[in-house]
Amino acid sequence: MPLKRKDLLGIAGLSPEEINFILDTAETFRDVNQRQIKKVPTLRGKTVINLFFEASTRTRTSFEIAAKRLSADAINISASTSSVVKGETLVDTALNLQAMAPDAIVIRHSSSGAPHQIAKIVDASVINAGDGAHEHPTQALLDALTIRGAKGRIAGLKVAIIGDILHSRVARSNAHLLSKLGAHVALAGPRTLLPFGLEKRIALAEGSVTFAGDINEAIKDADVVMVLRIQLERQSGGFFPSLREYSIHYGLNRRRLKLAKDDVIVLHPGPINRGIEIDSDVADGPFSLILNQVENGVAVRMAVLYLLAGGE
Amino acid sequence: MLLIKNGTIIDPSQSLDKKKDLLIRDGHVEAIDESVNAEGVDVFDATGLIVAPGFIDLHVHLREPGFEYKETIASGARAAVAGGFTSVCCMPNTKPVNDNSSVTSFIIEQGRAAKLANVFPIGAITQGSKGEHLAEIGEMKTAGVVAISDDGKPVLDSGIMRRAMEYSRDFDLAVVDHCEDCCGVAGWAMHEGEYSALMGLHGLPGAAEDLHVARDITLAELTGARVHIAHISTARSVDLVRQAKKKGMAVTCEVTPHHFTLTDRDVYESGYDTNFKMAPPLRSQSDLEAVIEGLRDGTIDAIATDHAPHHANEKMLEFDRAPNGIIGLETAVSLTLDRLVNRDVISLSRMVELLSTNPARIFKLDRGTLKIGAVADVTVFDPNRQVKVEASTFRSKSRNTPFAGWELKGAPMAAIVAGRLLSS
Repeated sequence: MPLKRKDLLGIAGLSPEEINFILDTAETFRDVNQRQIKKVPTLRGKTVINLFFEASTRTRTSFEIAAKRLSADAINISASTSSVVKGETLVDTALNLQAMAPDAIVIRHSSSGAPHQIAKIVDASVINAGDGAHEHPTQALLDALTIRGAKGRIAGLKVAIIGDILHSRVARSNAHLLSKLGAHVALAGPRTLLPFGLEKRIALAEGSVTFAGDINEAIKDADVVMVLRIQLERQSGGFFPSLREYSIHYGLNRRRLKLAKDDVIVLHPGPINRGIEIDSDVADGPFSLILNQVENGVAVRMAVLYLLAGGE
Repeated sequence: MLLIKNGTIIDPSQSLDKKKDLLIRDGHVEAIDESVNAEGVDVFDATGLIVAPGFIDLHVHLREPGFEYKETIASGARAAVAGGFTSVCCMPNTKPVNDNSSVTSFIIEQGRAAKLANVFPIGAITQGSKGEHLAEIGEMKTAGVVAISDDGKPVLDSGIMRRAMEYSRDFDLAVVDHCEDCCGVAGWAMHEGEYSALMGLHGLPGAAEDLHVARDITLAELTGARVHIAHISTARSVDLVRQAKKKGMAVTCEVTPHHFTLTDRDVYESGYDTNFKMAPPLRSQSDLEAVIEGLRDGTIDAIATDHAPHHANEKMLEFDRAPNGIIGLETAVSLTLDRLVNRDVISLSRMVELLSTNPARIFKLDRGTLKIGAVADVTVFDPNRQVKVEASTFRSKSRNTPFAGWELKGAPMAAIVAGRLLSS
């Protein structure tokens, strides 16, 4: 069963079967990454453009390695900011790329929906590598692969996602994905940073997502605690008074983590602000799978590139 | 001389809803009767059509001077007559801003030169619409403005707004306000609700409008000014106006066709189409239902388009970076007929009130009636004609509409301005 879609723009539009299929495919690529020679000829002759309008180390490198291990030609384009600064519209940028006949375009953009707008215009498969506060589907897939690897399942788990949910594409994609696969997702953070209403839309897709009353309630008996990066500029936006207060009331520390199940795992999409949203002894501690996430990222992106650009 | 024969004349200003002929001589209504016959006149056969006092759009952006690449006064006035409007009132957010009598005179001259729809300018409330110092409202009135507004830039300082309302009374001008308190949301891109949460876009809550409407009504009570709420879009704002009217206050409001047709769900389903982005944003389903109830029960006085042309290049940007606004002059009449009249929300007579009688009353324009001797501005329309919205055929210079391809029942058939048949 190949993926019957041109693009991967978000998790919201995927079926549970499609998600499991991508995860199963990623498992097979995980083996490739363990070999001495980490390269397969699967995408030889294919061109993948990494178009990053926003700073990224992890995701861009991960996509580049994934493409190269599949033998695709990977080209990285970093625009310091939106094309609008140079006087080029998003549509013109897309048409220029289209003219170079790539097979896949991986896009990271600070504006929600930018990959969707580009996908309407180009023939290439568009892969969303993070758009504004909307979605970051490959991050959610690699998180799911990590959880599945550690727990053997996703259905029935309680997953707490903590922090700035409002501005987080990671939270949205994970809320969609984990609830589609039968987990219960508890979202928590400062009330100023919670996008109320999201739970209603997810409930329509028969997912179980709630906004917890406070972060202790979210963490209580959780199988997985996912901590989100607090973007330092949110403080000046007036969403919370100080980083000090944030770390005391909303940060994940050992004491809070004791509320979770004994075999809890801790995830973080990175980069982490040590001592703010997560204490170092938790980030580096025995429950943390933060580096496993990074490792699984390459396998997930290989799977996505293969399934979208590898067609006959 | 023009004789409109066999149409049904609907004119709420004289409680008329009957099949009659209408004779126009020298730009004025000469006669209305069961059967008028005259020698040597042009005859317009309106069999099966509605003949109404010319439609007046209280809220358009014609972009001239300053943004002629989006629209000019002539192209906007051409779009108006194509859409069945005989008069448009244009907002002052041009470059320079219409905050002094020389800009006002320029707009009036361009409107006259175009010889299409009447162009009535609206002057700025404050200099440069910066919300700091009152503009020369008296001088602009002398030059011909019909109302004052800082549309697009809400007057946030309540002290300035209070003075503007007081001062406007000396010149008998309505104060039109774009109600949008910022509510701490800089750079919002759509209505705040479950769809903004889902789409990851900054939302503007309905409360941002409600707060501002409540303030304006409070200040209207203090000052006795005539306040007109532009493009009302939320349930609570409609209710605030309803309560103010019950108290007998001179508060009026308008709604756009897009706010009684579309919701934030349509933004979601469009897949980040920037032609679904405007201010105020498309609201929730319950807001839309409240707006429709306001149209039904008389709380809402007028339908106005907020025609806001933008060049295609500007709308080709990322959703959060694209400018607000859609065009409306060439779709408003069909949307009103399809969504409201043909779904039995309002009667044809109420439609004419909303598009002609009331707009004329709110800005005290010498229009909105077909009484003998009145200026012969006439809109002829067909409530049953099936049309498909073809943006490529618009007379406007811009194409930014969310309604392209829509099939609607009901269409404008002719606009007659001072007796001159301008489109049919």
